[in-house]
Amino acid sequence: MANLIFEQVLNSLQFGVMLFLIASGLTLIFGVMNFVNLAHGSFFMIGAYLAACIAGATGSFWLGLLGALPLTAALGFLLEWLVFRRLYKKDHMVHVLATFALILIFNDGVRMIWGPQPLPLNMPAAFAGPVMLFGLPYSSFRLLVMAVGIVVAIGLYFLINRTRLGMWVRAGSNNLEMVTAMGINIRLLFRLVFSFGLVLAALAGIMLGPLVAVQAGMGDDVLILAFVVVVIGGIGSVPGAAVGALIVGVVDTLGRGLLPQLFALFLSPDAAASVGPALGSMMIYLVMIAVLFWRPSGLFPARS
Amino acid sequence: MNRITTIAGAVLLSMAIGAQAAEVVKIGFLTTLSGPASAPGVDERDGFTLALKTLGGKLGGVRAEVITVDDQFSPDAAKQGADRLLKREKVDILTGFVYSNILLAVAPAAFASKTVVISANAGPAQFAGAGCSPYFFSASYQNDATHEAAGKLMADKGYKRVAVIAPNYPAGKDASAGFKRFLKKEPALELFPKLGQLDFATEIAQLRAANIDAVYFFLPGGMGVNFVKQYAAAGMDPKIVRVMPAYDADQQMLSNGDLLAGVANTGQWSSDLPNEQNRAFVTAFVKEYGHQPSMYSSQAYDAAMLIDSAVKAVGGKVENREALIAALKVANFKSVRGSFKFAANHYPIQNQYARVITKGADGKYTNNMTQTLMSDHVDAYVGECKMQ
Repeated sequence: MANLIFEQVLNSLQFGVMLFLIASGLTLIFGVMNFVNLAHGSFFMIGAYLAACIAGATGSFWLGLLGALPLTAALGFLLEWLVFRRLYKKDHMVHVLATFALILIFNDGVRMIWGPQPLPLNMPAAFAGPVMLFGLPYSSFRLLVMAVGIVVAIGLYFLINRTRLGMWVRAGSNNLEMVTAMGINIRLLFRLVFSFGLVLAALAGIMLGPLVAVQAGMGDDVLILAFVVVVIGGIGSVPGAAVGALIVGVVDTLGRGLLPQLFALFLSPDAAASVGPALGSMMIYLVMIAVLFWRPSGLFPARS
Repeated sequence: MNRITTIAGAVLLSMAIGAQAAEVVKIGFLTTLSGPASAPGVDERDGFTLALKTLGGKLGGVRAEVITVDDQFSPDAAKQGADRLLKREKVDILTGFVYSNILLAVAPAAFASKTVVISANAGPAQFAGAGCSPYFFSASYQNDATHEAAGKLMADKGYKRVAVIAPNYPAGKDASAGFKRFLKKEPALELFPKLGQLDFATEIAQLRAANIDAVYFFLPGGMGVNFVKQYAAAGMDPKIVRVMPAYDADQQMLSNGDLLAGVANTGQWSSDLPNEQNRAFVTAFVKEYGHQPSMYSSQAYDAAMLIDSAVKAVGGKVENREALIAALKVANFKSVRGSFKFAANHYPIQNQYARVITKGADGKYTNNMTQTLMSDHVDAYVGECKMQ
């Protein structure tokens, strides 16, 4: 039992840190630019596709990872200049419509270029097997995913709290007009934050690619989860995204893992088999509703 | 005089039309062709296409027009696709289908428009018992069958603690029911992940903690491939015996043969089944596509051959649905699985075999048939079907 809980906690953490990578970019972009980007999940997909493509050509997961990140950043830069910067001044409904259109364009674009079948992206050979953790064999790739997520989270903390760029970002999310008045190149700042957020999403896509499947639309489900995280944590708040991601990771994993067994204690096996998994996959939304009920602006509201 | 010839001509002409058979038989082929769940659908399409090619593009001697539609693994998209096939294209027969939830969503509209539905894979319990329909035929199996065979295999071996994992959708419930029916005891652990789920960390942790001797996993398409990879990466005890349904243990899965050597799987077909039409099918398939056929391909191939036999029997008059249904019921064709006949509910009565994944002399993995688990097996629901 102790082993099961330990393993499930590891799984929750692994899922949570990946959600954080996606949600932090989403919430940063919202916090600084007040921009709702539904196409965020598409960059999760594009990152994974670029990595799978490069990894397929070179045979190395690492080259795929290293190549895909700058490519995604460049694409983000380009799109910000082409599309997004024209939308900042419009209201949220326009953001939603325009970026939803982008989701459709990206999904179909990926289908046109790479076909409807998923692309193979394998775990790097060094991380394909298990490692022993206090007597429990655990997938070393999942540990790697976790490590990447934690390193990025710490890096992000220092970037935002300890650097000049981070100061601009924090100032920008508090009072944009003042930042502009102080002579900061706000356009460049926006473009940087935008591509940085997209690179985080792409990184999550690349790390999760070998665990799920590199396919058109793979970002859509993740986007919904990322929004749940952002709403729970408080829209625009990076620490909120971190806490929200961990909550969603833990609730989802434990909900799916433990609820069916809990129900089996007092329901017939058949009823438990249908109620348990259904309620398990519903748990995170119930948590979101509870948070919205008691803390309508999330656990860590960015603006008071 | 002129008038008389005109009338006579018209009469003759109308008689000729009345006697003439359809010039084309229209087949709607609705299956899953995109996303990680699509490998079975692609296999089905390949099997059906090969059969048509073998038959010279004709079914029962009539030119066949096949309209292929991708259901995108979504019941909604499938309904739209089926709507187009039924109303605009007015197909005579609707076939294909990998996933039971999609078949169940689409079939009622087809029955209502008197279109014959022949499933090349999905065989849900819902159409086998009280809900059986004269318009429905399964050219594959009743969903429970492969799982019943797996249950029997595990019961015969006498494993003590057994786990079963299947997706939370109609065929997953059928799988668990069928498996338990012949396992003849309660499994130590039953898991129902969401259909289409690709990350199995939670489930693998539970399997590990349940201290099991054997696990039966029914995870179609990309789900199974991911499960097998993650199971290996998680360092699960190699002593745990794994058993799976045969249709998941072919082409797509065999590319991960290293992770699956020695794994038993159960089903009604194997590429080494010793009959003439199967040998011909396997040879032709390998020649056409460059790899071994899967069980999905074999079922779709049989579906085409079944249609061919029935269209031939009614002389191409497929618009006479009663005659067409009666002819399909006879199943007068040579199945690649050997003997083939329908029970009263239009599901096959057939053998179930055990196969084992083994490394061939060429270093590639393949399935070898090891034993017959059930002979002329009839599904558990036929008694509830009122159809004769």
